[in-house]
Amino acid sequence: MSGVWVYVENREGAISAISREALGAARQVADSLGQPLTALVFGQGVGPACAAAFDLGADAVIGADDATLAGGRVEAHGPLLAKLAQERQPAVILIGASTRGRDLAAWTGADLDTGVVAEAIEVKVDGGVVKATRPVYAGKLLCEAFVTGTPQIVTLRSRAFAQAAATGKTGAPEMVGAAVAEDAIPTKIIGFEGKGGKVSLTDAGKIVSGGRGVGGPEGFEPLRELADVLGAALGASRATVDAGWIPYEHQVGQTGKTVAPDLYIAAGISGAIQHQAGMRSSKVIVAINKDPDAPIFKLARYGIVGDLFKVIPALTAEFKKRLN
Amino acid sequence: MKVVVCVKQTPSTTATLSVKGGVVSWEDPGGKPNVVNPWDEYAIEEAIRFKENRGAAEAVALCLGDPSSDEALKTCLAMGCGEAILVSDPALLGSDTLGTARTLAAAINKIGDVQVALFGKQAIDGDTGHTPVQVARVLGWTPLTYVAAIQSVDGGSITVDRMTDDGKETVTAKLPVVISFVKEINEPRYPSFMGIRKASKAVIPTWTAGDIGVSAPAAKADWSNVYPIPPREGEIEMIAGDTPEEQARNLVNKLFEEKVI
Repeated sequence: MSGVWVYVENREGAISAISREALGAARQVADSLGQPLTALVFGQGVGPACAAAFDLGADAVIGADDATLAGGRVEAHGPLLAKLAQERQPAVILIGASTRGRDLAAWTGADLDTGVVAEAIEVKVDGGVVKATRPVYAGKLLCEAFVTGTPQIVTLRSRAFAQAAATGKTGAPEMVGAAVAEDAIPTKIIGFEGKGGKVSLTDAGKIVSGGRGVGGPEGFEPLRELADVLGAALGASRATVDAGWIPYEHQVGQTGKTVAPDLYIAAGISGAIQHQAGMRSSKVIVAINKDPDAPIFKLARYGIVGDLFKVIPALTAEFKKRLN
Repeated sequence: MKVVVCVKQTPSTTATLSVKGGVVSWEDPGGKPNVVNPWDEYAIEEAIRFKENRGAAEAVALCLGDPSSDEALKTCLAMGCGEAILVSDPALLGSDTLGTARTLAAAINKIGDVQVALFGKQAIDGDTGHTPVQVARVLGWTPLTYVAAIQSVDGGSITVDRMTDDGKETVTAKLPVVISFVKEINEPRYPSFMGIRKASKAVIPTWTAGDIGVSAPAAKADWSNVYPIPPREGEIEMIAGDTPEEQARNLVNKLFEEKVI
């Protein structure tokens, strides 16, 4: 039972952001345990991603390059990860908590009969055990959790960990075959529509978010302009989504997305507890609201009491000036 | 064929939570501290549609929880599920997701003639999203997670759209399947007046661990150390200025100074 493994999501040769973060966290866990770090790079055309995994600090890389592994089906990746773990008995498996990573962790935990700690926002090593801090009750409470079985499987929340830095390290990956043939995989991917380069809320470094104070669908326009200037994603409170002012994909909060940007600008958002649950891990929160008693001001680093339809365009103009 | 929808009773979204001596308690300003996990409402709606539109013989609601969870099941009945089953046993308290999955899988097998088991994408208390996949593994079925649309169900196969972090993926799978849903799937109906009356009189059968042939699972994870979120450090700084332009300039200066931009 030794070694730290990190699962590395990749698409078209590039390692996804959440897995660069996982590599960074995994390096620290491996160093604390005094054990080597092995990156698992499964997919199709994984050569560049294997090389990048060495560069991002892995001591060893196990690669699998097969058509069945393209697209990231859990029915292909799960059996391979479980088989390798059974054969080689790592102490720890870390996985970024993307939609794919969550499925993979659950699958592997079930097949290896071990526990899975989900969505860690901090990890430390204590007596050989990975202790994870994770939000529970939709971010209203925190929990220190750890796995008592082996291996210890922990998933890592998006944007909670710094991405691994390039080390210049190179190496030769060990290539293994797929665990399941296409005929034995019960799912077929028959269509895929990517996001077309749009910044998703969960990956966004900056978010401009609007609440009831925007007054209607057209009230999001000034926020959109500010977001464009900042390269930010556009967020929204549940009230505005329920009112049909903006699509659900923009919703931040307990029944929307959980986000953790470096900058969160909340405009016309009162800050209901359900909204706070989704954004309180943001590093710097700016609140703009007419109501000086709005709960959002209790969470914010900077506050402006005022009319968002005056303040937001002024901010857009000021940022334009400073960023050009 | 029956369709099973697995639900969990959770604190309401408006509940405020506190921890004393490691025990979590909550109260709700609206006086309804416990609800059906909000994500499960989409699965309940879809289960009823399987019965109405896709020829399922019955929509069965299944819940693992303490005896008070029969309230969540009554909501399922009021919405339109025809049967509800509570699995409740002190021996099953403290199950981790895999223990929960083994219990739900055993109950699904006991219900029998099930080809489709439905879930919300995650529960708002534990927030893992792992249970649907683990139920699928225990049953040997195919998991289809984060499903936003069911394109078709026919001839023993199902085609769905999944919303992943990368985009929208259309997948075909052979039945039986375990599906977890995201909000885009439907608009859950409200319970009807008649439904509520009928549900209030319903006696919900309770199955114990022995009834479904599972033993008390040893949890393989420890999450007993729950504590409140520490308050955010630092006081808020209100940005001064006589005009919005001046306020904007002062704020932007601060953000540059802090290297946020």
